[in-house]
Amino acid sequence: MTLHHSPRIGVLAIQGDYAAHAAALSEAGAEPVEVRLPRQLGSLDGIILPGGESTTILRFLEKDNFFASLREFCLKKPVFGTCAGSILLAREVRNPAQQSLAALDCVAERNAYGRQIDSSIVTVEAALPGGPLEMVFIRAPRLVELGPTVEVLARRDNDPVLVRQGTVLAATFHPELSADRRIHKYFVESVVSA
Amino acid sequence: MTKSNGTHAPATSTATSLRLKVGLAEMLKGGVIMDVMNVEQARIAEEAGACSVMALERVPAMIRAEGGVARMAKPSLIKQIIQAVSIPVMAKARIGHFAEAQILQELGVDFIDESEVLTPADEAHHIDKHAFTTPFVCGARNLGEALRRIAEGAAMIRTKGEAGTGDVVHAVQHMRQIVREMRALTVLSEQELYAAAKEHQAPYELVRIVAQTGKLPVPNFSAGGIATPADAALMMQLGAEAIFVGSGIFMKERATPLDVENNPAERAEAVSRAKAIVQATTHFNDPKILAEVSEQVTGTMKGLAAAAIEEKDQLQTRGW
Repeated sequence: MTLHHSPRIGVLAIQGDYAAHAAALSEAGAEPVEVRLPRQLGSLDGIILPGGESTTILRFLEKDNFFASLREFCLKKPVFGTCAGSILLAREVRNPAQQSLAALDCVAERNAYGRQIDSSIVTVEAALPGGPLEMVFIRAPRLVELGPTVEVLARRDNDPVLVRQGTVLAATFHPELSADRRIHKYFVESVVSA
Repeated sequence: MTKSNGTHAPATSTATSLRLKVGLAEMLKGGVIMDVMNVEQARIAEEAGACSVMALERVPAMIRAEGGVARMAKPSLIKQIIQAVSIPVMAKARIGHFAEAQILQELGVDFIDESEVLTPADEAHHIDKHAFTTPFVCGARNLGEALRRIAEGAAMIRTKGEAGTGDVVHAVQHMRQIVREMRALTVLSEQELYAAAKEHQAPYELVRIVAQTGKLPVPNFSAGGIATPADAALMMQLGAEAIFVGSGIFMKERATPLDVENNPAERAEAVSRAKAIVQATTHFNDPKILAEVSEQVTGTMKGLAAAAIEEKDQLQTRGW
């Protein structure tokens, strides 16, 4: 099905850089919708789980059946998780272990590159047209033990940092903090063609 | 594969470094940063949904009541708290005390608060924050003070209230002032911005950015005197992008903390306050949820009316 309007894409607005994602979605041709309650999921064509603190976001998902509603949504409609969002999507979380949506067949290791002083900006090749991508890593997780159907779209050294499995897209970095909108456009296109 | 051992930072340009610093501040938006004095409080904060904790030996209410020189927390305490939680850990350095900041960076804290709550170490100069890899947050009472701190390299501003009082009145006053001063700049002509920079005692380039965007070039959080879920919602509605809560979670009376280690009822009270303020900060625009979470709080710090504090005893006037 092709949408005949600009897609309405939710941004989970519990905590984190949801405003940066909303601005990036607007620039990529979608209508962003801030989502703080499970009932707001109903009218959306897709959703972004932003960067922030995954432990904080989980505290909110535990209430009012939000966790189950969001999991159901992620299995039906396109979802894009960045950094903390990719942790929420993983099958399993380590360092420490915590609950996750299990929408993406991989294990997320939190704070895998160290603390804030180890955060970095790198530019690497990705499987997107238009040349290398700038990637902003902030207290980033590492995705390991990827399942056979998870496609790696970019790596930093050997680590997968941009992956896709069906309609689930995940980045361990923050495309919303770069000026390059290719990844958000790629996600919006996947929502339109879903 | 390269792997950092966490004891040194890769060489980066100032612009890249600033983007990473502001990037972490962006990740804290919509959240609550809680003052904690021990591992148990840090765990309660994380469990309640705090997006970060501030490790310190005495919260502002105790510093105010007990007096003495307030310094950086001891490294062993900071290390214990870093070990105990997975969320970012902040710690305070005295104004101008760049050696304390060097130690905090070496310990691996994620954000350094150059704070007026501690006793200032330099009455003229703040820390040159560009010289550090670790991001800094600084307090401000007006736009000029905020822009001077940003010029020195601060990656986050927190508008000052009167710390340690549980009285939100000065947090409101200063947030309103900064928002009003920013709005006033947006209607000035290009030619008028030079004189505006002079009036605010702030760099012209930063004044120009505010005039164009109507907001600070770094995130603006609120701190000082926030004690209830309603206080947090008030500050968010006035324009704060996140909330610092100091004495409001773990203090009982002016200089007495709740005993979260040995007294289950007092622990439960701290947990109820922490959870409710976290919920209120996210749902700051939803009065129905604010009413629900306010009802769940089992007690609030007694507090000290800010109007009863003489100007010479105010913490907020520190910083230049």
